Amino acid sequence: MKQQRIKWFALVVTLGAMMMLGACKKKAAPAPPPPPPPPPPAPTASISVSPSSIQAGQSASLTWQTSNATDVTIDGIGAVQPNGSQSVSPTDSTTYHLTAKGAGGTQEATARLTVTQPPPPPPPAPTVTDEELFSQNVKDIYFDYDKSDIRADQQGSMQADAQFLNQHANINLTIEGHCDERGSTEYNIALGDKRANAVKDALVAAGVSASRIKTISYGKERPFCTESNEACWQQNRRGHFVYQK
Amino acid sequence: MSYAVSFSAKRMNHPASSARHRRVGRLRARNPAYLFAFLLIVFFLSSLLSAQDWVKTGTSLGVEKVRLAVPDFKASTGDPQNSALLKTFNDTLWNDLDVSGVVELVSKSFYPLQTPGQPPEVNFTAWNAPPPDAGMLAFGNLGVASGRVTVNGWLYDAKNIQSPQVLGKQYSDVATDAAARVIAHRFADEIIFRLGGGIQGIAETSIYFVSDRSGHKEIWAMDYDGANQRQITHLGSIALSPRISPDGSRIAFSGLTKTSWEIMMYSLDINRLVSFPHFGGTNASPAWSADGTKLAFSSSRTGAPEICITDVSGAGFHCLTNSRGPDVGPVWNRKTNAQIAFVSGRTGLPQIYTMEADGTNQQRMTDQGYAVSPNWSPNGQFLTFAWVRKYGPGEPGASDLYLMDIASKQWVQLTHDGGRNDYPAWSPDGRHIVFQSNRSGNLQIWMMLADGSKVQQLTFNGRNSQPNWSWK
Repeated sequence: MKQQRIKWFALVVTLGAMMMLGACKKKAAPAPPPPPPPPPPAPTASISVSPSSIQAGQSASLTWQTSNATDVTIDGIGAVQPNGSQSVSPTDSTTYHLTAKGAGGTQEATARLTVTQPPPPPPPAPTVTDEELFSQNVKDIYFDYDKSDIRADQQGSMQADAQFLNQHANINLTIEGHCDERGSTEYNIALGDKRANAVKDALVAAGVSASRIKTISYGKERPFCTESNEACWQQNRRGHFVYQK
Repeated sequence: MSYAVSFSAKRMNHPASSARHRRVGRLRARNPAYLFAFLLIVFFLSSLLSAQDWVKTGTSLGVEKVRLAVPDFKASTGDPQNSALLKTFNDTLWNDLDVSGVVELVSKSFYPLQTPGQPPEVNFTAWNAPPPDAGMLAFGNLGVASGRVTVNGWLYDAKNIQSPQVLGKQYSDVATDAAARVIAHRFADEIIFRLGGGIQGIAETSIYFVSDRSGHKEIWAMDYDGANQRQITHLGSIALSPRISPDGSRIAFSGLTKTSWEIMMYSLDINRLVSFPHFGGTNASPAWSADGTKLAFSSSRTGAPEICITDVSGAGFHCLTNSRGPDVGPVWNRKTNAQIAFVSGRTGLPQIYTMEADGTNQQRMTDQGYAVSPNWSPNGQFLTFAWVRKYGPGEPGASDLYLMDIASKQWVQLTHDGGRNDYPAWSPDGRHIVFQSNRSGNLQIWMMLADGSKVQQLTFNGRNSQPNWSWK
């Protein structure tokens, strides 16, 4: 082992001497050229859109900044100022592609605006119509046999009806007078008229304008219920409210 | 034309009716004065009851009826059309005489084998002795030739062999079923005119009514015997209460528009609606004055249903009542044209009232129950109307038809056969009443003699109501 170490050592010394000798010779080489001027700075560019998603018909704000650029264009818009913003309202999703060219090169940036289509025509009656409110709130008035006065247990309905109609002054209505199947056709036509007008009079007394109210008697011609028993007859002895379109 | 009220007439030839129908009206005995009056009336009536069953309408109903034999008319030619027309003619003639109320038809089972078709063939002794025991004999012949039908008819006094002929008539028309029917009606009316005290028969009259058989309630018409039912109006909504004018040219009725009930006018001359003003509100139950110049009807134009009047063009609207009703169903006194009967609910349940045609002297005629649909007799002395005498919870009273003598307010019940009976209307001869009843299960038009006998159903299709009889 000792003999090998000695061989390595001799080899390294020899090679080192050879390199030293060679280096001394290169001192005669020419001087290096002067350093080149610093290159012009590369342009920078950024573009953004806010919000990044709109519905068709709405608009978004497109904003961009560049530096070191002499020629700035946005595809689809054309040449623009180096810095600026613009309102856009495309009908379809668009990618805004900005190209900034300067002495230092070209820089690109993109921003994407997503356009969603508006929901189909205004959602079918998401809000409650007057007619629905009317049918939910206005209660028919029921009568005793052969009577056309508003009986005590109907006064609550009567007041609630008047209150609703006073709160919805745009609603016009018809009051139908109905009778049960008993008795004369002709007399019931007259009795139905009395009932309809009794309901109308009560509404007018509670402040509802008479001009909003029509009345009609159906006598016993258009019953709600066709059985021959008191439960059914009571259903048919009524002042029935109809929303007037 | 003469009418005579006969409260002491002979007992009617109506054996089945006596005990069951011996019900005569009374006023309520609420206090001593009423009680005294009531006892007087009972005394008065009981003296009559021994002799009669009914309040007589005085138009030959209730007198001894002549026994009339009517053998089938015979063919006088060899035309093949004869047999069909003979059947129509014989059936129509028999029915007209049977329902007339003025003769008693001798049952065909009593007739001799040989029946006459012309005068020389009459064997008097075969007819004027029992079993037929006929007082009168109507006979004749019918023949078609060259598309025309000729009818010869005779009325013979079977017991006057020397000079038997009371009537001899010849009719000729195109050979149709309808013509055979009309000829039978005319011959029947000739017989009835002579045997019924000179009062014109009703065989050619018409009845107007409401039917729903088209799907809507519309006005319909038919011959008095139920033949030729035909639709008049085509409103497509609801038509009610037809009333034919005295001259037969127009029908007033109440029709439903989109917003109200209006009086409407239909011309039978030009077969369409003619203009009549709309008053708004509820306008119902029109009635013609006897002279045909005015209409009375129920109108809520002034607020509540009152009895109001216009002329026939609809001008001159004014109201006779101011009760805040409901007042409805007016009818004029056909004899005097000076009074109006109507229905009012001014005291609660509807009652019958009368008043002068200017609205004065309003009088209540019924004292209880539910009384509606008054109709004034041609002789001006009676009202017929529908009445549920005892009405209310626990009182399952039926609606029956009644006859009231206006002067005395006495009444008798005319219908006893169940069902709800309403809208009685007089025939022009004062001997018949047409009405609606559901006694057969659904609502139909029926006819009877004014004493409640000879009840006959006239309609069968759909539901039919509110009959009104032509004035002539």
